[in-house]
Amino acid sequence: MPSADDIHDLDAVGFRAAILDPARARPQTVTGPHGKQADKRFNVYRNNVTVSLINALADTFPAVQRITGESFFRDMAREFVRAHPPVSPLLFLYGHEFPAFVADFEHAARMPYLADVARVERAWLTAYHAADLEPLAPQALAAIDPACLADVTFRPHPAAALVRSGFAVFDIFDANRSQDTVGRIDAARAQSVLVTRPGTEIMVTALPDGHDAFFERLLSGGTLGEAAEAGMEAAETFDINEAIGGILSTGAFIAAETAQ
Amino acid sequence: MNRTRLSQDPAPAAGTSRFAARTARIPASAGVGFKHTHLDAILDDPDPVGFLEVHAENYMGDGGFPHRALERVRRDFPLSLHGVCMSIGGPQPLSEDHLARFKALVDRYEPGLVSEHLAWSTHDDVFMNDLLPLPYTDETLAHVCDHIDRMQEVIGRQMLLENPSTYVVFENSTMSETDFIREIVHRTGCGLLLDVNNVFVSATNHGFSPLSYLMDYPMEHVGEIHLAGHAVQEDDEGEPLLIDSHDAPVADAVWDLYAIVVRQAGPIPTLIEWDSDLPEWPVLRSEAAAADRILDEAAHSFMMGKSHGKISHAVG
Repeated sequence: MPSADDIHDLDAVGFRAAILDPARARPQTVTGPHGKQADKRFNVYRNNVTVSLINALADTFPAVQRITGESFFRDMAREFVRAHPPVSPLLFLYGHEFPAFVADFEHAARMPYLADVARVERAWLTAYHAADLEPLAPQALAAIDPACLADVTFRPHPAAALVRSGFAVFDIFDANRSQDTVGRIDAARAQSVLVTRPGTEIMVTALPDGHDAFFERLLSGGTLGEAAEAGMEAAETFDINEAIGGILSTGAFIAAETAQ
Repeated sequence: MNRTRLSQDPAPAAGTSRFAARTARIPASAGVGFKHTHLDAILDDPDPVGFLEVHAENYMGDGGFPHRALERVRRDFPLSLHGVCMSIGGPQPLSEDHLARFKALVDRYEPGLVSEHLAWSTHDDVFMNDLLPLPYTDETLAHVCDHIDRMQEVIGRQMLLENPSTYVVFENSTMSETDFIREIVHRTGCGLLLDVNNVFVSATNHGFSPLSYLMDYPMEHVGEIHLAGHAVQEDDEGEPLLIDSHDAPVADAVWDLYAIVVRQAGPIPTLIEWDSDLPEWPVLRSEAAAADRILDEAAHSFMMGKSHGKISHAVG
Protein backbone atom coordinates (compact mmCIF):
# COMPACT_ATOMS: atom_id res chain seq x y z
CA MET A 1 0.00 0.00 0.00
CA PRO A 2 1.51 3.35 -0.98
CA SER A 3 2.31 5.74 1.84
CA ALA A 4 1.33 9.40 1.74
CA ASP A 5 4.83 10.19 0.44
CA ASP A 6 4.46 7.90 -2.55
CA ILE A 7 1.49 9.79 -3.92
CA HIS A 8 2.95 13.25 -3.35
CA ASP A 9 2.95 15.19 -6.59
CA LEU A 10 6.64 15.73 -6.10
CA ASP A 11 8.27 12.44 -6.93
CA ALA A 12 10.99 13.05 -4.33
CA VAL A 13 12.09 9.41 -4.26
CA GLY A 14 12.63 9.30 -8.01
CA PHE A 15 14.28 12.71 -8.03
CA ARG A 16 16.67 11.78 -5.25
CA ALA A 17 17.57 8.41 -6.78
CA ALA A 18 18.31 9.97 -10.18
CA ILE A 19 20.47 12.69 -8.65
CA LEU A 20 22.73 10.25 -6.86
CA ASP A 21 22.87 7.72 -9.72
CA PRO A 22 23.61 9.24 -13.16
CA ALA A 23 22.58 5.94 -14.82
CA ARG A 24 19.00 6.34 -13.59
CA ALA A 25 16.34 8.20 -15.54
CA ARG A 26 14.87 11.30 -13.94
CA PRO A 27 11.18 11.37 -12.89
CA GLN A 28 8.90 11.49 -15.96
CA THR A 29 7.19 14.66 -14.79
CA VAL A 30 10.46 16.60 -14.95
CA THR A 31 10.82 18.35 -18.30
CA GLY A 32 11.97 21.50 -20.08
CA PRO A 33 9.64 24.45 -20.82
CA HIS A 34 7.63 24.61 -24.06
CA GLY A 35 8.47 21.03 -25.02
CA LYS A 36 12.23 21.51 -24.61
CA GLN A 37 14.50 18.63 -23.59
CA ALA A 38 15.69 18.42 -20.01
CA ASP A 39 18.78 16.18 -19.92
CA LYS A 40 21.27 19.01 -19.46
CA ARG A 41 18.78 20.84 -17.27
CA PHE A 42 18.40 17.94 -14.85
CA ASN A 43 22.16 17.46 -14.89
CA VAL A 44 22.52 20.92 -13.35
CA TYR A 45 20.98 19.49 -10.16
CA ARG A 46 23.12 16.34 -10.33
CA ASN A 47 26.18 18.50 -10.74
CA ASN A 48 25.23 20.98 -7.99
CA VAL A 49 24.69 18.19 -5.48
CA THR A 50 27.80 16.19 -6.33
CA VAL A 51 30.18 19.11 -6.75
CA SER A 52 29.01 20.92 -3.61
CA LEU A 53 29.51 17.77 -1.53
CA ILE A 54 32.95 17.13 -3.07
CA ASN A 55 33.81 20.75 -2.27
CA ALA A 56 32.66 20.23 1.31
CA LEU A 57 35.01 17.24 1.60
CA ALA A 58 37.86 19.23 0.04
CA ASP A 59 37.29 21.96 2.66
CA THR A 60 37.32 19.39 5.47
CA PHE A 61 40.32 17.38 4.21
CA PRO A 62 42.74 19.93 2.64
CA ALA A 63 45.90 18.01 3.66
CA VAL A 64 44.55 14.80 2.11
CA GLN A 65 43.82 16.72 -1.08
CA ARG A 66 47.28 18.29 -1.11
CA ILE A 67 48.88 14.85 -0.75
CA THR A 68 46.81 13.15 -3.46
CA GLY A 69 46.51 16.09 -5.84
CA GLU A 70 43.19 17.70 -6.71
CA SER A 71 42.04 15.43 -9.51
CA PHE A 72 42.76 12.20 -7.56
CA PHE A 73 41.01 13.65 -4.51
CA ARG A 74 37.91 14.69 -6.43
CA ASP A 75 37.58 11.28 -8.10
CA MET A 76 37.88 9.58 -4.70
CA ALA A 77 35.46 12.04 -3.09
CA ARG A 78 32.91 11.55 -5.90
CA GLU A 79 32.84 7.82 -5.20
CA PHE A 80 32.48 8.53 -1.49
CA VAL A 81 29.62 10.99 -2.03
CA ARG A 82 27.67 8.41 -4.06
CA ALA A 83 28.30 5.65 -1.52
CA HIS A 84 27.75 7.82 1.57
CA PRO A 85 25.50 10.82 0.88
CA PRO A 86 25.05 13.05 3.94
CA VAL A 87 22.26 12.21 6.37
CA SER A 88 22.33 15.59 8.13
CA PRO A 89 21.87 19.08 6.68
CA LEU A 90 24.82 20.15 8.86
CA LEU A 91 27.75 19.64 6.50
CA PHE A 92 30.31 20.08 9.27
CA LEU A 93 29.11 16.68 10.47
CA TYR A 94 29.77 15.12 7.05
CA GLY A 95 32.67 12.77 6.29
CA HIS A 96 33.07 10.73 9.47
CA GLU A 97 33.14 7.61 7.25
CA PHE A 98 35.66 9.19 4.87
CA PRO A 99 38.85 7.99 6.65
CA ALA A 100 37.65 4.36 6.58
CA PHE A 101 36.64 4.81 2.93
CA VAL A 102 40.12 6.15 2.14
CA ALA A 103 41.71 3.20 3.95
CA ASP A 104 39.81 0.80 1.67
CA PHE A 105 40.20 2.87 -1.50
CA GLU A 106 42.19 0.66 -3.85
CA HIS A 107 43.90 3.47 -5.75
CA ALA A 108 45.21 4.97 -2.48
CA ALA A 109 46.90 1.75 -1.37
CA ARG A 110 50.34 3.26 -2.06
CA MET A 111 49.59 5.95 0.55
CA PRO A 112 48.83 3.85 3.64
CA TYR A 113 49.14 6.91 5.91
CA LEU A 114 46.37 8.80 4.07
CA ALA A 115 43.46 7.48 6.16
CA ASP A 116 45.17 8.55 9.40
CA VAL A 117 45.74 12.06 8.03
CA ALA A 118 42.01 12.10 7.19
CA ARG A 119 41.23 11.07 10.78
CA VAL A 120 43.22 14.03 12.11
CA GLU A 121 41.46 16.42 9.72
CA ARG A 122 38.00 15.09 10.64
CA ALA A 123 38.90 15.50 14.33
CA TRP A 124 40.10 19.03 13.58
CA LEU A 125 36.67 20.03 12.21
CA THR A 126 34.88 18.45 15.16
CA ALA A 127 37.10 20.45 17.50
CA TYR A 128 36.40 23.66 15.52
CA HIS A 129 32.65 23.42 16.22
CA ALA A 130 32.83 21.82 19.69
CA ALA A 131 31.13 23.42 22.70
CA ASP A 132 32.94 26.21 24.53
CA LEU A 133 33.99 24.54 27.77
CA GLU A 134 36.78 25.56 30.12
CA PRO A 135 39.56 22.97 30.29
CA LEU A 136 40.49 21.42 33.62
CA ALA A 137 42.37 23.96 35.75
CA PRO A 138 45.68 23.00 37.40
CA GLN A 139 44.21 23.96 40.80
CA ALA A 140 41.45 21.38 40.40
CA LEU A 141 44.05 18.66 40.03
CA ALA A 142 46.21 20.06 42.85
CA ALA A 143 43.22 20.00 45.20
CA ILE A 144 42.90 16.23 44.97
CA ASP A 145 44.29 14.18 47.88
CA PRO A 146 47.52 12.59 46.52
CA ALA A 147 46.45 9.27 48.08
CA CYS A 148 43.39 9.23 45.76
CA LEU A 149 45.20 10.40 42.63
CA ALA A 150 45.58 6.96 41.06
CA ASP A 151 41.79 6.48 41.14
CA VAL A 152 40.94 9.80 39.48
CA THR A 153 39.08 9.71 36.15
CA PHE A 154 38.72 12.62 33.73
CA ARG A 155 35.77 13.93 31.75
CA PRO A 156 36.90 14.58 28.14
CA HIS A 157 36.45 17.97 26.51
CA PRO A 158 34.10 17.57 23.49
CA ALA A 159 36.89 18.82 21.21
CA ALA A 160 39.40 16.18 22.32
CA ALA A 161 40.31 13.32 19.97
CA LEU A 162 43.25 10.94 19.76
CA VAL A 163 44.56 9.53 16.49
CA ARG A 164 47.09 6.70 16.96
CA SER A 165 49.01 5.88 13.83
CA GLY A 166 51.73 3.57 12.57
CA PHE A 167 52.90 6.42 10.33
CA ALA A 168 54.29 9.92 10.78
CA VAL A 169 50.78 11.33 10.83
CA PHE A 170 51.69 14.53 12.68
CA ASP A 171 54.57 15.43 10.36
CA ILE A 172 52.49 14.65 7.26
CA PHE A 173 49.43 16.56 8.52
CA ASP A 174 51.47 19.54 9.69
CA ALA A 175 53.51 19.87 6.50
CA ASN A 176 50.47 19.56 4.23
CA ARG A 177 48.37 22.05 6.16
CA SER A 178 50.99 24.77 5.79
CA GLN A 179 51.60 26.82 2.66
CA ASP A 180 55.29 25.87 2.60
CA THR A 181 56.91 23.33 0.35
CA VAL A 182 56.71 19.88 1.89
CA GLY A 183 60.21 18.56 2.61
CA ARG A 184 61.20 14.93 2.96
CA ILE A 185 59.21 13.07 5.62
CA ASP A 186 60.00 9.63 6.98
CA ALA A 187 56.43 8.32 6.76
CA ALA A 188 57.27 5.03 8.51
CA ARG A 189 58.00 6.76 11.83
CA ALA A 190 54.97 5.98 14.03
CA GLN A 191 53.33 9.04 15.57
CA SER A 192 50.15 9.73 17.48
CA VAL A 193 48.27 12.99 17.62
CA LEU A 194 45.99 14.61 20.18
CA VAL A 195 43.54 17.20 18.82
CA THR A 196 42.13 19.66 21.40
CA ARG A 197 40.71 23.16 21.60
CA PRO A 198 41.57 24.79 24.94
CA GLY A 199 40.19 28.18 23.76
CA THR A 200 39.19 29.27 20.27
CA GLU A 201 42.42 27.95 18.73
CA ILE A 202 42.72 24.30 17.80
CA MET A 203 45.81 22.52 19.11
CA VAL A 204 47.28 19.50 17.32
CA THR A 205 49.90 17.84 19.54
CA ALA A 206 52.36 15.11 18.57
CA LEU A 207 52.46 12.86 21.61
CA PRO A 208 55.71 11.51 23.09
CA ASP A 209 56.09 7.71 23.20
CA GLY A 210 53.72 6.09 25.66
CA HIS A 211 51.46 9.16 25.90
CA ASP A 212 49.16 7.77 23.21
CA ALA A 213 48.44 4.69 25.37
CA PHE A 214 48.08 7.00 28.40
CA PHE A 215 45.56 9.36 26.75
CA GLU A 216 43.65 6.54 25.12
CA ARG A 217 43.03 5.00 28.53
CA LEU A 218 41.98 8.34 30.05
CA LEU A 219 39.72 9.30 27.13
CA SER A 220 37.90 5.98 27.40
CA GLY A 221 37.21 6.52 31.12
CA GLY A 222 40.19 4.72 32.69
CA THR A 223 41.74 5.92 35.95
CA LEU A 224 44.99 7.87 36.13
CA GLY A 225 46.63 4.78 37.66
CA GLU A 226 45.50 2.55 34.79
CA ALA A 227 46.59 5.15 32.25
CA ALA A 228 50.05 5.50 33.85
CA GLU A 229 50.44 1.74 33.76
CA ALA A 230 49.46 1.64 30.08
CA GLY A 231 51.96 4.43 29.35
CA MET A 232 54.82 2.68 31.14
CA GLU A 233 54.01 -0.57 29.41
CA ALA A 234 54.09 1.16 26.03
CA ALA A 235 57.37 3.04 26.49
CA GLU A 236 60.29 2.80 28.89
CA THR A 237 60.81 6.53 28.64
CA PHE A 238 57.26 7.29 29.83
CA ASP A 239 57.25 9.98 32.52
CA ILE A 240 54.07 10.38 34.58
CA ASN A 241 54.76 13.99 35.53
CA GLU A 242 55.24 14.94 31.89
CA ALA A 243 52.01 13.09 31.06
CA ILE A 244 50.04 14.95 33.75
CA GLY A 245 51.53 18.16 32.39
CA GLY A 246 50.10 17.13 29.01
CA ILE A 247 46.63 16.70 30.52
CA LEU A 248 46.72 20.34 31.60
CA SER A 249 48.53 21.92 28.64
CA THR A 250 46.36 20.33 25.93
CA GLY A 251 43.02 21.06 27.60
CA ALA A 252 41.81 17.57 26.70
CA PHE A 253 39.62 17.29 29.81
CA ILE A 254 37.09 19.47 31.58
CA ALA A 255 36.89 17.81 35.00
CA ALA A 256 38.68 15.38 37.29
CA GLU A 257 36.48 13.02 39.25
CA THR A 258 37.40 10.96 42.27
CA ALA A 259 35.76 7.56 42.67
CA GLN A 260 33.59 7.06 45.74
CA MET B 1 41.92 36.48 11.23
CA ASN B 2 42.38 38.86 14.15
CA ARG B 3 41.48 36.72 17.11
CA THR B 4 42.84 39.09 19.73
CA ARG B 5 40.19 41.52 18.77
CA LEU B 6 37.47 38.99 19.45
CA SER B 7 38.70 38.22 22.95
CA GLN B 8 39.22 41.86 23.90
CA ASP B 9 35.57 42.73 23.58
CA PRO B 10 33.75 42.92 26.91
CA ALA B 11 30.99 40.46 27.64
CA PRO B 12 27.47 41.88 27.39
CA ALA B 13 25.92 43.05 30.64
CA ALA B 14 23.80 40.45 32.36
CA GLY B 15 20.05 40.91 32.52
CA THR B 16 19.73 42.93 29.32
CA SER B 17 19.34 41.93 25.71
CA ARG B 18 22.69 40.79 24.42
CA PHE B 19 22.46 43.20 21.54
CA ALA B 20 21.71 46.90 21.39
CA ALA B 21 18.18 47.75 20.30
CA ARG B 22 19.49 49.87 17.43
CA THR B 23 21.01 46.77 15.83
CA ALA B 24 17.83 44.70 15.90
CA ARG B 25 15.76 46.04 13.03
CA ILE B 26 16.96 45.57 9.45
CA PRO B 27 17.08 48.96 7.70
CA ALA B 28 15.87 49.44 4.12
CA SER B 29 19.46 49.59 2.93
CA ALA B 30 22.02 47.21 1.47
CA GLY B 31 23.61 44.35 3.40
CA VAL B 32 25.93 41.49 2.53
CA GLY B 33 26.26 37.80 3.29
CA PHE B 34 28.76 37.50 6.17
CA LYS B 35 31.88 35.42 5.48
CA HIS B 36 34.55 34.90 8.13
CA THR B 37 37.33 35.97 5.74
CA HIS B 38 35.77 39.45 5.70
CA LEU B 39 35.39 39.75 9.49
CA ASP B 40 38.15 42.30 10.16
CA ALA B 41 37.39 44.31 7.02
CA ILE B 42 33.71 44.53 7.99
CA LEU B 43 34.56 45.72 11.50
CA ASP B 44 37.16 48.22 10.20
CA ASP B 45 35.06 49.66 7.36
CA PRO B 46 34.45 53.38 8.06
CA ASP B 47 31.28 53.14 5.96
CA PRO B 48 29.57 50.07 7.43
CA VAL B 49 27.02 48.07 5.46
CA GLY B 50 23.39 48.23 6.60
CA PHE B 51 23.14 44.65 7.84
CA LEU B 52 24.66 41.19 7.61
CA GLU B 53 23.01 37.91 6.72
CA VAL B 54 24.21 34.40 7.60
CA HIS B 55 23.22 30.92 6.57
CA ALA B 56 21.68 29.45 9.70
CA GLU B 57 23.21 25.99 9.24
CA ASN B 58 26.77 27.35 9.49
CA TYR B 59 26.05 28.35 13.09
CA MET B 60 24.38 25.18 14.29
CA GLY B 61 27.56 23.83 15.87
CA ASP B 62 27.86 23.89 19.66
CA GLY B 63 30.57 26.54 19.93
CA GLY B 64 33.98 27.61 18.70
CA PHE B 65 35.07 30.34 16.32
CA PRO B 66 31.84 30.62 14.25
CA HIS B 67 29.82 31.70 17.29
CA ARG B 68 32.60 34.07 18.51
CA ALA B 69 32.63 35.73 15.08
CA LEU B 70 28.85 35.99 14.84
CA GLU B 71 28.51 37.37 18.39
CA ARG B 72 31.12 39.99 17.53
CA VAL B 73 29.47 41.28 14.34
CA ARG B 74 26.01 40.98 15.89
CA ARG B 75 26.97 43.63 18.43
CA ASP B 76 27.57 46.15 15.64
CA PHE B 77 25.16 45.06 12.91
CA PRO B 78 21.53 44.07 12.45
CA LEU B 79 21.38 40.41 11.48
CA SER B 80 19.24 38.49 9.02
CA LEU B 81 19.04 34.72 9.54
CA HIS B 82 18.69 32.81 6.27
CA GLY B 83 17.89 29.10 6.41
CA VAL B 84 19.08 26.95 3.54
CA CYS B 85 18.25 23.39 4.56
CA MET B 86 14.76 23.31 6.13
CA SER B 87 13.39 21.47 3.07
CA ILE B 88 10.07 23.31 3.23
CA GLY B 89 9.14 22.19 -0.30
CA GLY B 90 9.48 18.46 0.36
CA PRO B 91 6.70 15.98 1.08
CA GLN B 92 7.97 14.89 4.50
CA PRO B 93 7.27 16.73 7.75
CA LEU B 94 10.03 19.16 8.75
CA SER B 95 12.76 17.75 10.98
CA GLU B 96 11.89 18.66 14.57
CA ASP B 97 15.61 18.52 15.43
CA HIS B 98 16.38 21.04 12.73
CA LEU B 99 13.50 23.26 13.83
CA ALA B 100 14.80 23.20 17.41
CA ARG B 101 18.31 24.15 16.25
CA PHE B 102 16.84 26.97 14.14
CA LYS B 103 14.78 28.29 17.05
CA ALA B 104 17.85 28.24 19.31
CA LEU B 105 19.65 30.52 16.83
CA VAL B 106 16.67 32.88 16.61
CA ASP B 107 16.56 33.10 20.41
CA ARG B 108 20.31 33.55 20.76
CA TYR B 109 20.99 36.12 18.03
CA GLU B 110 17.65 37.99 17.82
CA PRO B 111 17.73 38.44 14.02
CA GLY B 112 15.72 41.25 12.43
CA LEU B 113 14.61 38.98 9.59
CA VAL B 114 14.25 35.22 9.22
CA SER B 115 13.90 33.52 5.85
CA GLU B 116 13.84 30.15 4.09
CA HIS B 117 13.42 28.77 0.57
CA LEU B 118 10.59 27.46 -1.56
CA ALA B 119 12.59 24.29 -2.30
CA TRP B 120 13.50 20.93 -0.82
CA SER B 121 16.82 19.25 -0.01
CA THR B 122 16.19 16.32 2.33
CA HIS B 123 14.21 13.18 1.62
CA ASP B 124 14.30 9.87 3.52
CA ASP B 125 17.14 11.28 5.61
CA VAL B 126 19.40 11.88 2.63
CA PHE B 127 20.53 15.50 2.44
CA MET B 128 21.16 16.65 -1.14
CA ASN B 129 22.80 20.02 -0.35
CA ASP B 130 20.96 21.84 -3.13
CA LEU B 131 17.72 23.78 -3.46
CA LEU B 132 15.61 21.32 -5.44
CA PRO B 133 12.42 22.30 -7.31
CA LEU B 134 8.84 21.16 -6.80
CA PRO B 135 5.71 21.08 -8.97
CA TYR B 136 3.04 23.66 -8.18
CA THR B 137 -0.15 21.74 -7.38
CA ASP B 138 -2.88 21.77 -4.73
CA GLU B 139 -1.11 18.92 -2.98
CA THR B 140 2.36 20.49 -2.82
CA LEU B 141 0.72 23.78 -1.80
CA ALA B 142 -0.88 22.06 1.18
CA HIS B 143 2.44 20.53 2.22
CA VAL B 144 4.37 23.79 1.92
CA CYS B 145 1.73 25.68 3.91
CA ASP B 146 1.77 23.03 6.66
CA HIS B 147 5.56 23.33 6.83
CA ILE B 148 5.56 27.12 6.99
CA ASP B 149 2.84 27.05 9.65
CA ARG B 150 4.99 24.68 11.68
CA MET B 151 8.15 26.73 11.27
CA GLN B 152 6.43 30.00 12.23
CA GLU B 153 4.85 28.24 15.21
CA VAL B 154 8.21 26.92 16.45
CA ILE B 155 10.18 30.15 16.02
CA GLY B 156 7.26 32.26 17.22
CA ARG B 157 7.51 34.85 14.47
CA GLN B 158 6.95 35.52 10.79
CA MET B 159 9.33 34.09 8.22
CA LEU B 160 10.01 35.26 4.68
CA LEU B 161 9.80 32.73 1.84
CA GLU B 162 12.27 33.04 -1.05
CA ASN B 163 11.26 32.34 -4.68
CA PRO B 164 13.55 29.73 -6.28
CA SER B 165 15.74 29.70 -9.37
CA THR B 166 14.94 26.58 -11.39
CA TYR B 167 16.34 24.66 -14.36
CA VAL B 168 13.43 22.28 -15.07
CA VAL B 169 9.64 22.46 -14.99
CA PHE B 170 7.08 19.82 -13.99
CA GLU B 171 4.45 18.54 -16.40
CA ASN B 172 2.06 18.07 -13.50
CA SER B 173 2.18 21.68 -12.26
CA THR B 174 -1.31 23.17 -12.31
CA MET B 175 -0.57 26.77 -11.31
CA SER B 176 2.03 29.44 -11.90
CA GLU B 177 4.80 30.10 -9.39
CA THR B 178 3.39 33.54 -8.58
CA ASP B 179 -0.12 32.12 -7.96
CA PHE B 180 1.43 29.43 -5.79
CA ILE B 181 3.41 31.97 -3.76
CA ARG B 182 0.44 34.33 -3.42
CA GLU B 183 -1.70 31.51 -2.05
CA ILE B 184 1.03 30.53 0.44
CA VAL B 185 1.13 34.11 1.76
CA HIS B 186 -2.66 34.15 1.99
CA ARG B 187 -2.84 30.86 3.92
CA THR B 188 0.19 31.18 6.23
CA GLY B 189 0.70 34.90 6.73
CA CYS B 190 4.38 34.54 5.88
CA GLY B 191 6.25 37.37 4.18
CA LEU B 192 8.37 37.14 1.04
CA LEU B 193 12.01 37.37 0.18
CA LEU B 194 12.14 38.41 -3.47
CA ASP B 195 15.31 37.13 -5.13
CA VAL B 196 15.53 39.25 -8.26
CA ASN B 197 18.40 37.21 -9.69
CA ASN B 198 16.30 34.06 -9.26
CA VAL B 199 13.46 35.70 -11.20
CA PHE B 200 15.86 36.58 -14.01
CA VAL B 201 17.48 33.12 -14.00
CA SER B 202 14.15 31.27 -14.09
CA ALA B 203 12.68 33.66 -16.68
CA THR B 204 15.63 33.12 -19.00
CA ASN B 205 15.67 29.36 -18.43
CA HIS B 206 11.94 28.93 -18.98
CA GLY B 207 11.31 31.59 -21.60
CA PHE B 208 9.00 33.96 -19.77
CA SER B 209 9.25 37.70 -19.18
CA PRO B 210 10.75 38.64 -15.81
CA LEU B 211 8.64 41.81 -15.80
CA SER B 212 5.43 39.80 -16.24
CA TYR B 213 6.50 37.67 -13.29
CA LEU B 214 7.14 40.76 -11.17
CA MET B 215 3.77 42.22 -12.19
CA ASP B 216 2.08 39.07 -10.89
CA TYR B 217 4.19 38.91 -7.75
CA PRO B 218 2.55 40.00 -4.45
CA MET B 219 5.05 42.84 -3.98
CA GLU B 220 3.27 44.27 -0.94
CA HIS B 221 4.45 41.26 1.13
CA VAL B 222 8.15 41.57 0.29
CA GLY B 223 10.30 42.14 3.38
CA GLU B 224 13.70 41.60 1.78
CA ILE B 225 15.35 41.43 -1.63
CA HIS B 226 18.28 39.22 -2.68
CA LEU B 227 20.71 40.05 -5.49
CA ALA B 228 23.47 37.74 -6.71
CA GLY B 229 25.59 36.85 -9.69
CA HIS B 230 24.84 33.97 -12.04
CA ALA B 231 26.76 31.84 -14.52
CA VAL B 232 25.80 31.11 -18.13
CA GLN B 233 25.66 27.59 -19.58
CA GLU B 234 23.69 26.08 -22.46
CA ASP B 235 20.51 24.01 -22.36
CA ASP B 236 19.83 20.88 -24.44
CA GLU B 237 18.93 23.06 -27.45
CA GLY B 238 22.10 25.17 -27.18
CA GLU B 239 20.27 28.19 -25.78
CA PRO B 240 21.37 30.06 -22.63
CA LEU B 241 20.76 28.24 -19.35
CA LEU B 242 21.54 30.45 -16.36
CA ILE B 243 22.93 28.95 -13.15
CA ASP B 244 22.30 30.62 -9.79
CA SER B 245 25.96 30.39 -8.82
CA HIS B 246 26.47 33.27 -6.32
CA ASP B 247 30.09 33.55 -7.47
CA ALA B 248 30.13 36.77 -9.49
CA PRO B 249 28.99 40.41 -9.51
CA VAL B 250 25.27 41.09 -10.02
CA ALA B 251 24.46 41.16 -13.76
CA ASP B 252 23.39 44.43 -15.41
CA ALA B 253 20.00 43.01 -16.40
CA VAL B 254 19.37 42.10 -12.74
CA TRP B 255 20.34 45.58 -11.57
CA ASP B 256 17.83 46.99 -14.07
CA LEU B 257 15.05 44.73 -12.78
CA TYR B 258 15.98 45.61 -9.21
CA ALA B 259 15.73 49.32 -9.94
CA ILE B 260 12.25 48.79 -11.39
CA VAL B 261 11.17 46.83 -8.31
CA VAL B 262 12.31 49.37 -5.71
CA ARG B 263 11.10 52.32 -7.77
CA GLN B 264 7.64 50.77 -7.63
CA ALA B 265 7.63 49.09 -4.23
CA GLY B 266 9.81 51.55 -2.33
CA PRO B 267 13.05 50.91 -0.41
CA ILE B 268 13.37 47.34 0.91
CA PRO B 269 16.33 45.72 2.78
CA THR B 270 18.55 44.32 0.02
CA LEU B 271 21.19 41.64 0.36
CA ILE B 272 24.16 41.03 -1.94
CA GLU B 273 24.80 37.26 -1.90
CA TRP B 274 28.28 36.04 -2.80
CA ASP B 275 28.96 32.51 -1.58
CA SER B 276 31.84 31.07 -3.60
CA ASP B 277 34.95 32.43 -5.35
CA LEU B 278 34.74 35.11 -2.67
CA PRO B 279 36.07 38.53 -3.67
CA GLU B 280 38.14 40.90 -1.56
CA TRP B 281 35.98 42.99 0.77
CA PRO B 282 36.10 46.23 -1.33
CA VAL B 283 34.55 44.39 -4.30
CA LEU B 284 31.65 43.07 -2.22
CA ARG B 285 31.32 46.44 -0.48
CA SER B 286 31.01 48.22 -3.83
CA GLU B 287 28.18 45.89 -4.88
CA ALA B 288 26.32 46.88 -1.70
CA ALA B 289 27.07 50.56 -2.43
CA ALA B 290 25.55 50.16 -5.90
CA ALA B 291 22.37 48.76 -4.34
CA ASP B 292 22.33 51.65 -1.84
CA ARG B 293 22.45 54.20 -4.67
CA ILE B 294 19.40 52.60 -6.29
CA LEU B 295 17.64 52.45 -2.90
CA ASP B 296 18.40 56.14 -2.28
CA GLU B 297 16.89 57.11 -5.64
CA ALA B 298 13.87 54.95 -4.87
CA ALA B 299 13.47 56.52 -1.42
CA HIS B 300 13.53 59.94 -3.05
CA SER B 301 10.92 59.18 -5.70
CA PHE B 302 8.89 57.18 -3.19
CA MET B 303 8.74 60.26 -0.96
CA MET B 304 7.61 62.23 -3.97
CA GLY B 305 4.59 59.95 -4.24
CA LYS B 306 5.49 58.13 -7.41
CA SER B 307 4.89 54.69 -5.97
CA HIS B 308 2.11 52.57 -7.34
CA GLY B 309 2.90 49.42 -5.41
CA LYS B 310 2.63 47.39 -8.62
CA ILE B 311 4.97 46.83 -11.49
CA SER B 312 3.36 48.39 -14.57
CA HIS B 313 3.92 47.60 -18.23
CA ALA B 314 5.08 51.15 -18.87
CA VAL B 315 8.46 50.50 -17.29
CA GLY B 316 11.18 48.54 -19.07
